[in-house]
Amino acid sequence: MPQFVFLWTDFVLWLVVLGVAVYAWRVRGNRHALATWRHVTHDAPAMAAAVVLGVFIAIALADSIHFRPRLPPAPGAAAAPGAYATRTVSVLDTLLAHAVEAREKTYSVPLAWWSFQRETQVVNGVEVRDYPRLAHGGAHLEDPVRDWVPDVIRRSLTGVAAGLAGGLLVCAAIAALRGRTRGGFAASARAIVRGRTELPWRPMLATLLVMAMLIGWIAALWPWYHPFGTDRTGNDVLFQALKSIRTAVVIGSLATIATLPLAIALGILAGYFKGWVDDLIQYFYTVLSSIPPILLVAAFVLLVNVYIDQNAEAFETGVERAEFRLFLLTLILGVTGWSTLCRLLRAETLKLAELEYVQAAHAFGVSHWRIMRRHILPNVMHLVLIVAVLDFSALVLYEAVLSYVGVGVDPNSSSFGSMINLARSEMSRDPVVWWNLATAFTFMLALVLSANLVADAVREAFDPRARAFRPRRFRLKEAA
Amino acid sequence: MAGYIVRRCLYAVLILVGVNLLTFTLFFAVNSPDNIARLNIGGKRVTAEAIEKWKAEHGYDKPLWFNAAEPGARKITNTIFHDRSLRLFTLDFGSSDSGRDIRHEVGTRIQASLALAAPMLLLTVFVSIAFSLLLVFFRASYLDFWGTVLCVVMMSISSLFYIIMAQWLFGKTLRLVPLSGFVPGLDLVKFLALPLVVGIVFQLGSEARLFRAILLEETHKDYVRTARAKGLSEAVVLFRHVLRNAWLPVLTHVGALLPYAFLGSIVFESFFGIPGLGTYVIEAIGGQDFAIVHTMVFLGSLLYILAYLLTDIAYTFADPRVRLT
Repeated sequence: MPQFVFLWTDFVLWLVVLGVAVYAWRVRGNRHALATWRHVTHDAPAMAAAVVLGVFIAIALADSIHFRPRLPPAPGAAAAPGAYATRTVSVLDTLLAHAVEAREKTYSVPLAWWSFQRETQVVNGVEVRDYPRLAHGGAHLEDPVRDWVPDVIRRSLTGVAAGLAGGLLVCAAIAALRGRTRGGFAASARAIVRGRTELPWRPMLATLLVMAMLIGWIAALWPWYHPFGTDRTGNDVLFQALKSIRTAVVIGSLATIATLPLAIALGILAGYFKGWVDDLIQYFYTVLSSIPPILLVAAFVLLVNVYIDQNAEAFETGVERAEFRLFLLTLILGVTGWSTLCRLLRAETLKLAELEYVQAAHAFGVSHWRIMRRHILPNVMHLVLIVAVLDFSALVLYEAVLSYVGVGVDPNSSSFGSMINLARSEMSRDPVVWWNLATAFTFMLALVLSANLVADAVREAFDPRARAFRPRRFRLKEAA
Repeated sequence: MAGYIVRRCLYAVLILVGVNLLTFTLFFAVNSPDNIARLNIGGKRVTAEAIEKWKAEHGYDKPLWFNAAEPGARKITNTIFHDRSLRLFTLDFGSSDSGRDIRHEVGTRIQASLALAAPMLLLTVFVSIAFSLLLVFFRASYLDFWGTVLCVVMMSISSLFYIIMAQWLFGKTLRLVPLSGFVPGLDLVKFLALPLVVGIVFQLGSEARLFRAILLEETHKDYVRTARAKGLSEAVVLFRHVLRNAWLPVLTHVGALLPYAFLGSIVFESFFGIPGLGTYVIEAIGGQDFAIVHTMVFLGSLLYILAYLLTDIAYTFADPRVRLT
């Protein structure tokens, strides 16, 4: 058994997953909540985006189980009970161990077998300055000049075909499962293909197929090549992008959740009690929001850095320290970013507190605490949900900016921000090193875009006013 | 209205006191004046006397919050907090910890910041409104649909991507404009063109979508139906009726953008090498220069409060029904 390491971020992230599961379970039993969520699940772009988002979150969660593997016993010695590696690795690291180990010397173009920089080599006793072969990328090729193109094409095609086959299998399984209650497999499959299903299965499965083909392509090439090239120190770029997903998801979700306690508590208190409580809380968030956000975050981050430097020995491994910094960064973003939601909740509570049912609760002698918890909180939760999903993508983008300014995540942990930061100087190289930047941005765009699409659907479902803004593709017949 | 403005100004003073308290607490929670002195003297010359001398010169030779040695009210007034905060309210910024005059520095840098920020704000709002008007005019058509899709895609792309790609494409490959830098005079246009375009494009997605929502909300109102019933053309309805009524929410939003415009976008300034206030702040944070950070936080919140006051006053011009009391 390896020794499991419980990192703060992991713990909270899994707690969030648990919270979402509990919420989903409770929605199942609530007819009204179910009806609202049905708006989301019937939204084709949102559900297709949810498939992509699901893959991203799965990767992030696989990267959120950390442990220290047991060291193999030294030859001739009995297995020591407490010998664990000093490095903390995650499940994702173990799954992709070959990518971690396949380290080159420096940059290499995606799928290349040759290095990016010329080196002096001795060939047949003559010194030649040429691009040397990579240690891992394309190392299996006998004659790279002749075999490279056919090999890449063959492997790509096999990978895509295998991905497609796997994807089709999943589709068939879903059609069969649906068909059990809806007139058999053939009828179900026909309904899906024609797009006549209750849930938007056709776009969802189409997205799934595309993802499956991409994953198949990568799976077929990755053991032999670097599909997205290597960076300055020779690390696989694709692996770094996958690692960055977790950082982005952690910041997006945990920082949003960190804003909630303060925003909800203070917003409802201010709107409910009015008077001096309201004045005090308003004063508090006006002061906070009148400081430029980057300055505020920077000030907090400096504070944290000094604290970590002073307590350096409290962290056993570098990963633990980096994770603790990430955790504190999410807290900082939470502490500095609650004023918008608080303002919204205050305004809504002001409105709710005047309604008859709250007055009636007062008349029955229900305590303030109970009114706020049972009568007001459930009726402002839709605002909380809307703001939370909208914040997710904004925070993922914000992380990149913060890392660029130098107050973001630990330099040792990979994030899209630090990838872009490094890539900045690479664009002015000649020939241009574009793959680092392109990979970081493609992954980021896929993540943020799918999050945005889901967030839009959630907002439309929970804020009926927003439904009017939905663009329609076809001119509707004017209602009478 | 005069009474309203006076009241708001008094409240602003209260807010600024709070901001000062917060900055002080945050900064000195990790740094002691001794640390600052050591950092600024630097090298081997750090001795106990040198630190004391530096602190006396720069006004750090007092207790932070509470001076127990002094009698009466001077217990509170003869402290670093009191000295430094009160001075800011008279807009006397003093000198930075490295000994340079902050007021002069802010004065020159604010021009660079404004040269970029003011046109960027105006053009962004103008272009976004124009684009959203286009979408609303052709609402419920393919143009509207794909326009909105484009907006969502554009707002999902990191600002850093726009900047890096634009610099690479227009600066390095096509050589149309210089990569970065800043010169006074007419040549400035060449240096500002790229950041301006990038700034507009990067904000267009979210802004146009927001303005589209604002405009669409107006088009569902009764007066619009009345205007159409009178037989007015769609263009007249949109430009004369809807647009004028949509000014209020648009103003609110622009008011919220103002403080960021004044402080300058930190990312834009540092990428395009514009010596504005944003880069000043970043350098000060890196160098742990409390005097500058303190001043800039103060200025930033002052501008924020001013921007909101201006927005409120602008309401009364945009909509005569609004009365400030």
